Amino acid sequence: MERHFEQDLDALKEQLLLMGGRAESVVQKSIRALERRDAALAREVFADDHIIDRQEIEVEERCIRLLALQQPLARDLRFITAALKISNDLERVGDHAVNIAGSALRLSEEPELKPLVDIPRMEVLATAMLREALDNFVRQDSESARRLVRRDDEVDNLNRQVFRELISFMVEDPKTISRALELILVARNLERVADLATNIAEEVVFIAEARIIKHHAEDVDFGRT
Amino acid sequence: MSPRIEPVPGRVPGRDPGTAGIGPVPSATPAATPAAAPQAATPAIGLATRDYNLFYGTHQALKSVTIAMPANSVTAIIGPSGCGKSTLLRSFNRMNDLILGVRIEGTVQVADMNVFASGTDVVELRRRVGMVFQRPNPFPKSIFENVVFGLRMLGLKDRVELVARGEDALRRAALWEEVKDRLSASALQLSGGQQQRLCIARCLAVEPDVILMDEPASALDPTATARIEELILDLKARYTIAVVTHNMQQAARISDQTAFMLSGSLIEFDDTRRLFTSPRERLTEDYITGRFG
Repeated sequence: MERHFEQDLDALKEQLLLMGGRAESVVQKSIRALERRDAALAREVFADDHIIDRQEIEVEERCIRLLALQQPLARDLRFITAALKISNDLERVGDHAVNIAGSALRLSEEPELKPLVDIPRMEVLATAMLREALDNFVRQDSESARRLVRRDDEVDNLNRQVFRELISFMVEDPKTISRALELILVARNLERVADLATNIAEEVVFIAEARIIKHHAEDVDFGRT
Repeated sequence: MSPRIEPVPGRVPGRDPGTAGIGPVPSATPAATPAAAPQAATPAIGLATRDYNLFYGTHQALKSVTIAMPANSVTAIIGPSGCGKSTLLRSFNRMNDLILGVRIEGTVQVADMNVFASGTDVVELRRRVGMVFQRPNPFPKSIFENVVFGLRMLGLKDRVELVARGEDALRRAALWEEVKDRLSASALQLSGGQQQRLCIARCLAVEPDVILMDEPASALDPTATARIEELILDLKARYTIAVVTHNMQQAARISDQTAFMLSGSLIEFDDTRRLFTSPRERLTEDYITGRFG
């Protein structure tokens, strides 16, 4: 017989997955708006972000209610405290999408600086990381989550590449500065999305193994620090 | 091989200057207070068992239990009904001796004392190891006579000393302010929570080293429970305390280390903070998260 508490935990998991799916699609949408110079699509991102904000509050309410009424311990306690952090991570993914959509909106009113190559690649990598982090969360697969954490470097490298390229644009022609800066900000926001996916993967390791791997605290046993 | 048992530290003098320096009652055995100081490096052991088996007739209630509870700390013992936690608790003052057909193997130690050694003075053992039960069990006597009951049993007759030690015990049990003006009133007039603190005072009056508590707050309301829990935390500076409880949150709040038992075996014994957040054993995890069976 499945207990009510476990049904509650399943519902919490489902809420986070819905929220994660929306966070992923809103990042994709913001980059599509940038690529297509589509102001209407960029404005959709703002509306979607409000939904994510509301979902975050719902997740928080459920977590606090479970902590207060069920007094969870061990894995359940780790799961619920991690869920609080993951919902906060996903909400911030939405905020980064909003930042990108803002840049897309401003750039849509100016001539195109250059065809986008690395930024769409960054988006594909970052949203894939986000999707996999949530998949690891569902399956409580800490081994896969550990591998995911190491993939953050690919996105960081692309970010540096974009930065260097756009700096050369600005040096050659100061008229490109405002547009190049917008694109540097977009890349920076995508790099942050990948960081947040990494945070979620670290939470998966914490739930499954009770080990803290964030901030390069290599495998600290929880309760033994 | 018997475990290395460190001697308990010398008793801290009473807070009340009027009772400071009062030693064990005259009739107690001379070996009551070990003189040697404990080593600073390893914490002194308050209660310990090694390869300890206990049988009720043919039923084995405890299976090779080896545990070492540090002195001056609180150890919680948790586990489902029938897991042997109360049996283990009652081994430390030989309460199980009273049950017909009990057989034991292995060793049980209270500080430096081998509980089941042939020379062990059971009266002295029970003076050193006080016990508090689930239901408050004051005697149908006055508050004062309850608290000095053990002292009288041990032969103390000096009225001035009885009054001083009774007051000291009531103060340590955080009951003095509530009863000081009605010490001759019947103990049965006190509330449940007060009665339980009176039972703790009665236990403290004979200067024990160890206090065993079997579900000490399960018959009390949340306010009285909170007072008992606060008291337990205050008392651990002077006593080694072992508490059997079904209340996991209580175990988490009051204990320094927790033992989880199942079917007579000790499954896991660890720092309380660790055991309730990231237990090592799957059985512990299943029990504390309510997924048992």
